[in-house]
Order: sequence, then C-alpha cells, then structure tokens
Amino acid sequence: MSDNAVLPNGWQLVVGLEVHVELATKTKMFSASANRFGDEPNTNIDPVTLGLPGALPVLNKHAVELAMRIGLALNCKVQPCTFHRKNYFYPDLPKAYQITQYDHPLNIDGFLMLPGEVRIGIERAHLEEDTGKSTHFGGTSGRIHGSDYSLIDFNRAGVPLVEIVSRPDIRTSEQARQYVAELRAILLVVGASDAKMEEGSMRCDVNVSVHKPGTPFGTRCEIKNVNSIRSVGRAIDYEARRQVDLIEGGGTVRQETRHWDDASGRTETLRTKEDADDYRYFLEPDLVPLVPEQSWVDQVRAALPVLPAARRNELAELCGIDKDGESAFVVVERGQDDYVRQVVGNGGDPRRSVIYVQQAFADQGAAPKVPAKDLAALTILERDAKVTSTQAKTLLTDLIEAGGGDVVAMAAKRGFEALDTGALEAMVDAAIAAEPGAWQKYCDGEEKALGALVGAIMKSSKGKADGKAVTTILQSKRKK
Amino acid sequence: MQKLVEIVAGVTDGSLTATAVLEEHLGRIQARESEIHAFNLVTADQARETATKIDADVKAGKKVGALAGVPIALKDNMCTRGIETTCSSKILQGWKPPYDATVVTKLRQAGAVVVGKTNLDEFAMGSSTENSAFGPTKNPLDISRVPGGSSGGSAAAVSAGFAAASLGSDTGGSIRQPAALCGVVGVKPTYGTVSRYGLVAFASSLDQIGPFTSDVRDAATLLEVISGHDPMDSTSIPQAATSLVSVLEHGVKGMRIGRVTDLPEGCEPDVLARLEAAFDALRKAGATIVDVKLPSLQYCLTAYYLIAPAEASSNLARYDGVRYGNRVEAADLNAMYAATREAGFGEEVKRRIMLGTYALSAGYFDAYYGKALKVRRLISDDFARAYKDVDTILTPTSPSTAFKFGSKTDNPLAMYLCDVFTIPTNLAGHPAMSVPFGVGADSMPVGIQVLATTMGEQAMFKVAAELERAS
Repeated sequence: MSDNAVLPNGWQLVVGLEVHVELATKTKMFSASANRFGDEPNTNIDPVTLGLPGALPVLNKHAVELAMRIGLALNCKVQPCTFHRKNYFYPDLPKAYQITQYDHPLNIDGFLMLPGEVRIGIERAHLEEDTGKSTHFGGTSGRIHGSDYSLIDFNRAGVPLVEIVSRPDIRTSEQARQYVAELRAILLVVGASDAKMEEGSMRCDVNVSVHKPGTPFGTRCEIKNVNSIRSVGRAIDYEARRQVDLIEGGGTVRQETRHWDDASGRTETLRTKEDADDYRYFLEPDLVPLVPEQSWVDQVRAALPVLPAARRNELAELCGIDKDGESAFVVVERGQDDYVRQVVGNGGDPRRSVIYVQQAFADQGAAPKVPAKDLAALTILERDAKVTSTQAKTLLTDLIEAGGGDVVAMAAKRGFEALDTGALEAMVDAAIAAEPGAWQKYCDGEEKALGALVGAIMKSSKGKADGKAVTTILQSKRKK
Repeated sequence: MQKLVEIVAGVTDGSLTATAVLEEHLGRIQARESEIHAFNLVTADQARETATKIDADVKAGKKVGALAGVPIALKDNMCTRGIETTCSSKILQGWKPPYDATVVTKLRQAGAVVVGKTNLDEFAMGSSTENSAFGPTKNPLDISRVPGGSSGGSAAAVSAGFAAASLGSDTGGSIRQPAALCGVVGVKPTYGTVSRYGLVAFASSLDQIGPFTSDVRDAATLLEVISGHDPMDSTSIPQAATSLVSVLEHGVKGMRIGRVTDLPEGCEPDVLARLEAAFDALRKAGATIVDVKLPSLQYCLTAYYLIAPAEASSNLARYDGVRYGNRVEAADLNAMYAATREAGFGEEVKRRIMLGTYALSAGYFDAYYGKALKVRRLISDDFARAYKDVDTILTPTSPSTAFKFGSKTDNPLAMYLCDVFTIPTNLAGHPAMSVPFGVGADSMPVGIQVLATTMGEQAMFKVAAELERAS
C-alpha cells in the first residue's frame, strides 16, 4: 500500500492528533530534580518524583511559560486553569495518579495552518507530568503481560509535558504528516522542546475514523506507539484501510486503543473501551488554581520569535521559490534563513543562495562558518557562467572545507578558467567541422547524435566547458 | 509536670538541663508506656543525643531555639528522616523516609527533643485509635476508655506526661476530639498555616497539623514555631506566623461569642451542661453571647464522608507494593496489587477506599462527590454569615466524654458521629481548638471547642485562654 492511499468507494478519512511534547526545562514539573534525557537510570529523583508518602508538588514556573509559548504560537487563548488527578494503577506511575489538566486547560481554541491554506483547529494544549519509563524483559511482546520482569527508570517521571490536541480536521495522511512536521518546527523555533521523536520527547497518538461525506463521523480508534513522521502516515493509511475493509465486509469498528507495529506495518488491539480505566478525575487538592497575569501573557507573546510559516513566506519571496516547497521548509527548519538573507544581502543570486544552503549546509546549523560574502561570490560566478554548475559544486565543497575564502582564487587554483560565449562558439564550430557526420544526423533530428558533439567539445575544453551552454549553442545553430 | 514554656525558660537560663528534663519524661514512659501504648516507636537514644547537644550549646553560651529542650512526640504520620514512619499501617511497617517533614525540620531547628512516634488510627482514619494495626492506645485517665483519635497516641503522650507537647494531624477532628477525651489542649489551625510537606496525606484538602499541650500558652508557643509559609507546600498561606502568645492576657471583654441554635442532636446532657457553663464564664468575663444559625451543619458529616474518602482513595493508591512498603508476591501485577493491599490495609481503610472510589466513579461523581462539594460551599457561606455577628463560636468538641473500648467498633456510623462538631471546621478550612473545661458525669474531661474564621487564631486563643482561667 502506498504511503498516501486514497480510500475506495467514496470513504473519507477523519484524523485528530494528540501530540505529547516534553518541555525543555532545567527541572521537573513539580520538583527540583533535573529534567535531562540519557542520564544513568534513577538518578534524577527525589521524594516528589517517587511519590513518597508526604511529598507535595510545587509547580515549575518555567514549564508554565514554555506551555504558554506553545499555546500562543498555536493561536490559542491562554486562560486561568486548574490541575486534576487522573487515577490509574501502573508501576511507572509513582503516585498512582497523573497530575494533568482536565476541564480548565491552560491553552484553548487555537489553530495551525498547513500548506494550501488548510486550517487545523487546536482544541487545547495543556500541562501535565510524564510517567517513568518501563522496560519489560522476557516474553515475546515487549509488554508487561507475559514478561519475566520489568525495570523502571523514574528519571522521566515528573518531566513536564504539554499535550496538544487537534480537532478532527485532518483529512489525509499527508496532512497529518505536514501537521506533525509543522508542529515540530514551531516547537523548535519557540524553544519549548527539543521535539525528538526518536528519543520520545515528542510522541503522537493518532485518532482515526472513516465515514462517507454528509454522514456523521465513524467510530474512532486511537493508535499509539507512532514514533516518526513517516509512521504517522503509514499508520493512518493502514488503519483507515482496515476500517473500510471491516465495514465493507459487514463488520463494525469498535472504539479501542490500537498499537502500531512499525516492523509489520500493522495496528493491533491494545485495549477495548470496555476494559478502559475509569480515571476518576478530580481537582488536585495539593495545588492551587493557576491564573497567569495578563502582563505575563503579553510579555511571553511579545518575546515569541517569528514563526516558521512566516519565515518560509519571507524566504520564498526573497529567493523566488515555492513557500510550501522542500527548500523553504528545510532551510527554515535548520534556522538558516537568516544566513541566506545575508548571502543575498551580499549580492548573492537569491535562488542559487537558498539551493546551495539547502544542499550543502545540512550539518552547519543556524550559523554556517562560510562567510556570507564568499558564498554570494560563488553564486555570481555560476550565474555569470564563469564556472559550470559542476565546477560550482566542487568549489562549494572547497569553500566549506576551508571555512571561506576567495572563490575566484579557488577557481583559478583548480584551473576552472572562465570560458566566455565567444570561446565556446569557436569550440562548437571546431567540433562541427571535426564531426560532420554527427552534425548531419543531429540536423536530421537524431537527438542521440548530440552526445558525440558535446563529448568532443568537453574533450577539447578539458572539461571546462559548460555542457548546458554548449547544448544551447548547438540547438540554436541547428535552427538556423 | 512542667509546662513547655517553663522547660524552655529553664533550659535557656541554665537552671534546667535538657538531659534531666528528657530523663524525667523517659522515666514516665518507662513506667507506664507498656500499659498505655502511646508510641509506635520511642527514640530514646536519638533524644539523648539531641538533649546532650542542647546542654552543650547552653554551656558554651550559644543561642538556643524557642523550644530548647522540650520533649516532643510526633504522630507517626509525619516523615522523619531515617526513622520508621508507619501511619500505624502494616503496609508501611519498616519504611524509613529519606527526608524530614517541614514541621520536623522546624522543631529540630527550634531545639525540640523528639522522643518518639505516636500511635494513630491507621492512616488517621478513626476516632479511637482502635483502627491501629499495632493495637489501640489507652486513655491515661482511665485505661478502660479510648483516648479518642485519630491522634490518640499524641493526646495520650501529653496527658500521661510522656512528652511536654506533641503534634497531631486533624482532618475531621483528629486533634480536637482526642484532646477533649484526654483532657489536654488541641489546636487545628487555619488550613495552610502549618506546612503539610512530609505529612502522609489522608485527605489533602482537609489535613492540617497542630499541637497538643497541657495548657493554652504552651499551645500558642508551639503553634508560633511550626506556622509560617513553606514553599514546598503549594497550599501554604504566603505570610508569616501570627503572634498568639501576645494576646493570651487580653481577656474577652466586648467580644461576641456565637451560640449555635441549630446544633445537631445526639450530644450527651452532661457535655451540654459544660457548654452552658462555658457561656456563663465568658459572659461573666465581659463577652456577649449571640445566637447564630448554621443550617448546613446537618449535612456536613455526610459531605465529609464523601470528600475525605474520595481524596483518600487517590492518596492511598500509591501503596501498591512496587516502590516501598510491604509487598505480597503473586502471579502477576494485578494479583500482586490486590494481595498487597488486601494484606496491608485494615478494615476501616479499605472501607474508605471503597467509599471514595465509588464516590468519584463515572456516573456517580455528580450525585456524590459533586454534591458534597456543594455542601462544602454552603457551610462556608453559613460560617461567613455567622462571623459577621460574632468573633468566635463555641460548641462541644465531642458529643460525649471518652467511651469504652469496643463500644462503637461494630457500628462505623456511631464512630463517625464522634466528629459531628469538629468536621464543619475542616470543610471550611477554619481554625478551631479544644480546651478542657471540667468533667462529665463519669468524671472524665469535657472539651469545649472554640471556632473562628480563617486566620482568626488570635480571637480563638483569647477565648480559649479565658476558658482556661475560668475552669
């Protein structure tokens, strides 16, 4: 099945996403233990983290600020809010309840724009604490049932999370992937999270249902363990197809939680609605309501950086590229759009500037070492056909290795002498004279004959001629 | 027996030594503890070390704290670093906390000498200490009678002279009722006055730590030390401790004292007679007695027995055998949870977990927990109206004097009624204290409860001090 399967017989896909992100705070949501990934297990713990008798939570102000940044970046309303207890038993949940937000979350009613002016509603973005991390040994499923023993790392317990809940506005798996990619880009740019799906600091639960347009939404299934943007698309496509096949085969979709198995590319039942926990939510009596002062909200809003969509628009306009294309997305995601602006500001060819950066600066971060004026000079050399595009690529590699330098001198050192149009035409004429048979065939419409002519010119120029320019000259001569 | 303030004065000026004071108390423990069972643990060795250090500090001319040399007992639901903290439950037997509760830190810094951890109804659920997994505490004034509960061990320890003072916790009357039954002073401060950090939670929105002492001045002195804002407790009131000792001699002239005209029925006549005597004494001292109505009072007991168990069902869910405390091994995870909790919790704790879980369940939440929260607002509104006309309100602390062992254990509802006068205060978050005021028909002490509004401790202590002078 392709990654973007279209459903048969007029079935319409409906998707809503619940994305959990770990906040980039120094300490945990309710205690002073470090919030740090990858440390020795059970070293970032304290009485609050372990839920020891008598320990009490104290809200981390920085976590609230990062959550507000997320909410404001997603066009949410920030409101006075409360914390609730979500009660259930599990070994990695130390208090046997999770402190979360229930009927009064911090951020509500926002939206996120996708390419093509597609608006995805954000229902809420609320604060909560993470659980510990269980690892189950023995057995075949990798889950607790059937395992020989389990180990728990409480370093993750109490790490601050924001859960971002979309409205069921997503209609294709491609939109779902774009949504996750865009959300991730926003989280990175506002500094709220490192949003690493592979490390679990950004986790997606996907709600999938299908229906025929004009009829009510179908019963939804929640899919867990979707750990990459690619898996988001694959899981949705699989699950939608499963539901359609089920319904068309005369069955009905059960409301249930399903587990995505990335290796087999399938979802399978984790638990049904009947055996779902009754979480017995009630107001957390150990905390007081959180009422962010308007001045604080205004301050956080004012300090928000320019968001990725706006940056892509600016970059696209500057460089004459597609604002929804890959170049704009990649360069902004790496934070290199300011650098591209500098290159253009130094006289660089706009289109070539952004392409060079996209293709050659993947590991350079937001502040590449190559001075903007040097890269600008290289784009001009290529634009003015002083070097071929192949030569320009070689020089770009040289420039990155040297961390900058005079590209004209570098070109000379490589022996990339400039070949002007007059010199090229002379070479073309010489080649026509040397290969009259090939020229005749080419003039008779045999395109393959072009290769012999170009090959002769490349040979005589020792590879310095620009193949594209040579072809253009040959084509114009044939028309005459 | 020496008062707390006399001990501090003597130890500070060198006329007493902390060691001598401690040995006197340990001697009384030695003589009567096997009969009373006030303690789950007596920490004699650590107490001797502390006392020795205080004496050395005094000798060296160093400044000592506001409780220098005072032997104090702690209810065994307050965390003490490295010292077993059990809540009188099998599930926590043997558990040694890695940290001190904020009150314990404050006591240590003030130079108090912790003599031990006192018995309680398991997880503070009960009114007689008969629910302790380690056996009941006896009332030192008559060992055939209960000391009250849940802080029965702390009340008995002061009553028997095992400690000059003690700390208890009060969720629905667990300080005031045992204070009344053992003939000592017990205070439940305004919610948020004393940090709950390190107090093992029963019902978080109701729990509050407070002192037991043999008189009102000692209570005021101890409460001043343990009060004050704690950044580790989000529900702690963000302001400094109120001055209490300074108001004790102010008298009650011109004060308005409320008499509740719609008090729930079921109070013993001899107790009611002492309440009338208390009104007379205050009138004689210049106060005015004003009738007040608290129409929601009749619903408080029901509301409390939904709210407290609901919170408890969540607070006690962490005792699952996974991380600490006792575990009963079983075939799989769910079986281990069930076996651990079946073996670890006593009957009353299980009853309340069941009750609370039910009250919070989907489909029942609004009818039970939701309605109970409404009653909580109604009683707060009733009090707010009443406190427009009066400074404090007087009621009996408990409907009866100390009762005989076993007389209420077969009937949970009869036991719950012990707290009918004390519960409304917790629902409202207000302060209240019990002061001994004479005896009942059985010659056992009667406690009078003085209630005040939020942060109304000064008015409350003025009235309590006056009652003490008149008794």
